[in-house]
Parts: sequence; C-alpha cells; structure tokens
Amino acid sequence: MARFRIGRHLRSRIHLVWMVVSLMIILLLPFILGIGLYVKSILLLEEKSLWELLFSSDWRPLSGNFGFLSFAISSLWVTALSLLIAGPICLLTAIHLTHYAKKWVLQIMHPVIDILAGIPSVIFGVWGILVIVPFISRYVAPIFGIETSGYTILTGSIVLAVMIIPFILNIMIDVFKMIPDELKEASLSLGASKWQTIKLVVIRKAFPGIISAFGLGISRAFGETIAVLMVVGNVAKIPTGVFQAGYPLPALIANNYGEMLSIPMYDSALMLAALILFCVVLIFNFLSRILIMRSEKITN
Amino acid sequence: MEKGVKILVRDLNLHFGKNHVLKNVNVTIPEKKITVILGPSGCGKTTLMKTMNRLTDIYPDVKVSGNIFINDEDILNTQQDITILRQKMGLLSQRPYPLPMNIYNNVAYGLRISGRRKKRYLDKRIEHYLTMANLWDEVKDRLKESASRLSIGQQQRLCLARGLAVDPEIILADEPTSALDPISSQAIEEKFVELKKNYTIVLVTHILRQAKRIADHVVFMYLGEVIEQGPADQIFNHPRKRSQNRILKDCSISILHFAFCILQ
Ligand SMILES: Nc1ncnc2c1ncn2[C@@H]1O[C@H](COP(=O)(O)OP(=O)(O)O)[C@@H](O)[C@H]1O
Ligand SMILES: [Mg+2]
Repeated sequence: MARFRIGRHLRSRIHLVWMVVSLMIILLLPFILGIGLYVKSILLLEEKSLWELLFSSDWRPLSGNFGFLSFAISSLWVTALSLLIAGPICLLTAIHLTHYAKKWVLQIMHPVIDILAGIPSVIFGVWGILVIVPFISRYVAPIFGIETSGYTILTGSIVLAVMIIPFILNIMIDVFKMIPDELKEASLSLGASKWQTIKLVVIRKAFPGIISAFGLGISRAFGETIAVLMVVGNVAKIPTGVFQAGYPLPALIANNYGEMLSIPMYDSALMLAALILFCVVLIFNFLSRILIMRSEKITN
Repeated sequence: MEKGVKILVRDLNLHFGKNHVLKNVNVTIPEKKITVILGPSGCGKTTLMKTMNRLTDIYPDVKVSGNIFINDEDILNTQQDITILRQKMGLLSQRPYPLPMNIYNNVAYGLRISGRRKKRYLDKRIEHYLTMANLWDEVKDRLKESASRLSIGQQQRLCLARGLAVDPEIILADEPTSALDPISSQAIEEKFVELKKNYTIVLVTHILRQAKRIADHVVFMYLGEVIEQGPADQIFNHPRKRSQNRILKDCSISILHFAFCILQ
C-alpha cells in the first residue's frame, strides 16, 4: 500500500517536472534562437562594426564587403507599402463589418478570414507571379511611363498586403467589437450622426487597438519570406521607386543560405541578417502587445 | 395631446429578433415632473427608454410598431431628422460612459456637433453646464484632462452636464445611480428634483425606495408590460383605490410590491 502511494506520488511529480520543462523550453525558445544567431554572427561583428554593416550598401561577399543597407531599405519599402495598402482596407472593412453589415455577413467573414490566414505562403507567391506580376508590367507601370518586368517592390507589397490582411482584420474586428454600445449611444443621443459617432468616438476609442493591429501586421510583413521572394525581383541595390526590384532581408537569407558558404564570413553575414530581422520583429511584436494591453485597460 | 403631457406612448410593441420585449405598452409621461419607471431586471425598462430616443435604431434585428408622441410629433413615424430629435433628450446611462476625450470636449461635443464652435461661446456654456451639474468647482483646473481620470461619481455628473449642454427638454436616465456610492447617488437625486422645474425627467430604477423619494409619477413594468401607472401618491399610498376589473393585475402588483420590499 505504502509503495503504491509512493509510486503514485513519484509519477505525479514526474508529470509535473515534464510540464515545467516543456514550459521552460517554450519560454526560453526566443532566447535560445537569439543567442544562437548572435554567436554565429559574432565573427563578422568582430571584424566590422554593426554601424558600418547597416549603413553600407556595398554587398560584395567575395571581397568581404557585407553592407546590408539595400536589403534593409528594401525590407522597409515592402513592409511600409504593404501596410499602406492593407491598413486602410482593413480599417474600412472592420468598421463596415462591425457597424453597418448584417450579423450573418460577419459570421461568413470569420471563416473566410481564417482560410486566408491559413493558406501557405508559397501559394500567394504563385498567385503573385501569375496575376500581379503581369498586371503590374502590362497595366500599372505603363500608366506612369515605366517599363518593368513586373517583379518589383510594388508587386511584393501587394502580395504581402493580401497576406497580412487577415491578421490585421481579425484584430481590428475584435478591437471594434470591444467598444461598448453605450458609448456610441451617448454620442448619438447628443445629436451626432452615425458616421460622426464612428469618426469622433469609435475610432478614437479604438485608436490604441488599431495601432497595435498595424504593429502586428508590420512584424508579420517584415519577416514574410517565400511569397515576397518570388515576386520582388531580388536585386541587391538600393531601390529608389516602387517600380524597381528590391531584395528584402528574409529573401537574402532564404536565397543564399547553404549555397555560397565556402566564401569566408558569408554564413556569419547571413546570420547577422537573421539576427537583425529577429530583433526588429521581436521589438514590433513587443510594442504592439503593450499597446493591446493598454487599449484593453482603457476600454474596460 | 392633452395639456401637461410631454410623452405619449401608444400600443408600442418591440421585438428583438423573436423575443417580444415590449408588449402593447401605453404610457403617459407628464411635463416637468419626474416619472419613474419601476420594475425588475429584464422587464424592458431600458428598451422602452431607448425607444423614446430612437436608439433602438442601431440594433440590426429590432422591430418596432406603435406610436410615441413627443410634443405631438410621432417620433417613430416621422420625416424629421433623428439627430435633431435626439438632441431634445439628454441621456444618462447605467454606468457613465465619458467620451474618449478631455473633460472640456466632452461637454463641448454636442454643441460642436450642432455647429456652435466659437471658443468664447463654448467656454461660457461649458462653465454654465458643469456648474449646473455641480462639477465645475472640482474640474475647473483640469478641463484638459482625460475624462476617464475622474471618479465614477464625477463621470456621471459630467455625463449629465454633457447631456444638458445640448439644451434638451427631456432627461432620460437609466438607473443613473446604480454604479454610484450613496453620497453621489443622493447628489444626483437632489439634482433631478431641482431640474424638474425646467425639464421633463424620466428615470428608470429598480430601487423602490428611490422611486418613493423622488417620483411624481410612476410606471410599473413587468415582463414587458406596463401593469400600473399613475401619480406617485396614488400608487404608493392608496393602492386599494382602483377599479374592480383590475383585480387580477392588482394581485400581480401586490406580489411585485412584496418582492420589492423583500429585496430592499
Ligand atoms: N441589444 C439587445 N439584443 C437582444 N435582446 C436584448 C437587447 N437588449 C435587451 N434585450 C432583451 O430585452 C429584454 C429587456 O431588456 P432591458 O430593456 O435591458 O431590461 P431592463 O432594463 O428592464 O433590465 C431582456 O430580455 C433582454 O434580454
Ligand atoms: Mg436596464
């Protein structure tokens, strides 16, 4: 009897230990990743300062020059432009769904959004090549008198925008749903029209939430790799317009890792690119989480 | 419409989807008096009040039929601009919901919406209405602060000032003291008694004692129906003086009375 009890005690202790270990692994995972990347990139960092690497656009791995500037700027272009496209669409859609549409429309939209969010990124890439690339080169660019293959920053941004829309939209719908009816009623009872109420009260109340939705969108967009890589052109040069090819950081890593590692420092450089990416995404995620928490506090 | 009657509700029926929430409601609300709508939770008091303000419009699956006359205008079947109609009524809800802006702008909101934007004019009005709501002294040095920083009691008075600022004829108050401490509650009650000189006040409550303290006119609701209404004195003090064919309803009222007394 006593032995049995000890056995059971021991067993539950073991289960507990495993649970704690799993939890610790998950909690530590980001740190392990970050440290791994840092250790790998330290070789390059010892040779050149981070500043030098970040603000030089001289990318000649064979002669040991690893300037990340054109990649970083490509990343910024693609991310900012995709947000510029996706942001207003999401904002208007979320307002319509939560304030104008019938209930069943929202009920239909939820699974549609989930499906969009679940589609593998390579499919968006193929869609970009088949539809957006020719669309840009044949119809959009000629309007501005520009000749292009269609593999441009703009193409990447459009594909990326479509990919981040479900994530931003999901959060925005929740943000708008959280706003209490009584607040809108207060505004209406003071003589405001429905649109005035949305403009002056609802959006203002939802503002922190809207910003944090954008923040999460940015951190997704910044790190998205395959689909962008397939349509953005991948030319290592600082882009000066949306109809030029770009070469964002994730595409750099995905395209080159494992191929030219015989070149000295190359893998260290790619690891540093990954580390930069990792930090930017981490910071944006962190900031948007803080904003979400703050907006929840305000609305409650 | 008879003289001295401000709001007249006739055969009002309201459905939320399949839920029949207001059933053949007929209510008379006298001018410049405090009318208290009394009844247990969920009987449709809030809904009745929102219908008077056409706030039920914002819910997608609501069906309303009947008439509500305010100053002889049937607001349920009117061509008039609803926003103008709503400005005739100030609304106080169960919990204060200050607009997400500073104290000054909360009060200025309704004025600006109706086109009054001059700073000097606004400054004067805002002081006037905040004073009227007994809030001026407490906030005059922090008008630019966010309204959510105020205490709940102060917020409720701010909501009152905000409602008064659009110069309504009617004040609709839905359990305005239920989130407040006793002292703030009393302040609001006293304010209402003072305000009834110039305003018609409709007050929803489920607190019988509050009704007894300040009501001039009482409407009893139960499960979506109005089962009794009349001057407070008659309802509270002479409940037997009613016609014989109402015996059944009287029974249910007695049960209600009883339930309320126990709950208090
Ligand atoms: N927005 C709404 N949608 C659906 N049903 C509602 C809504 N608001 C109120 N109801 C229903 O109407 C009934 C009356 O509610 P309410 O008017 O809030 O009662 P009271 O204010 O007397 O507590 C309740 O049964 C409630 O479930
Ligand atoms: Mg209620």
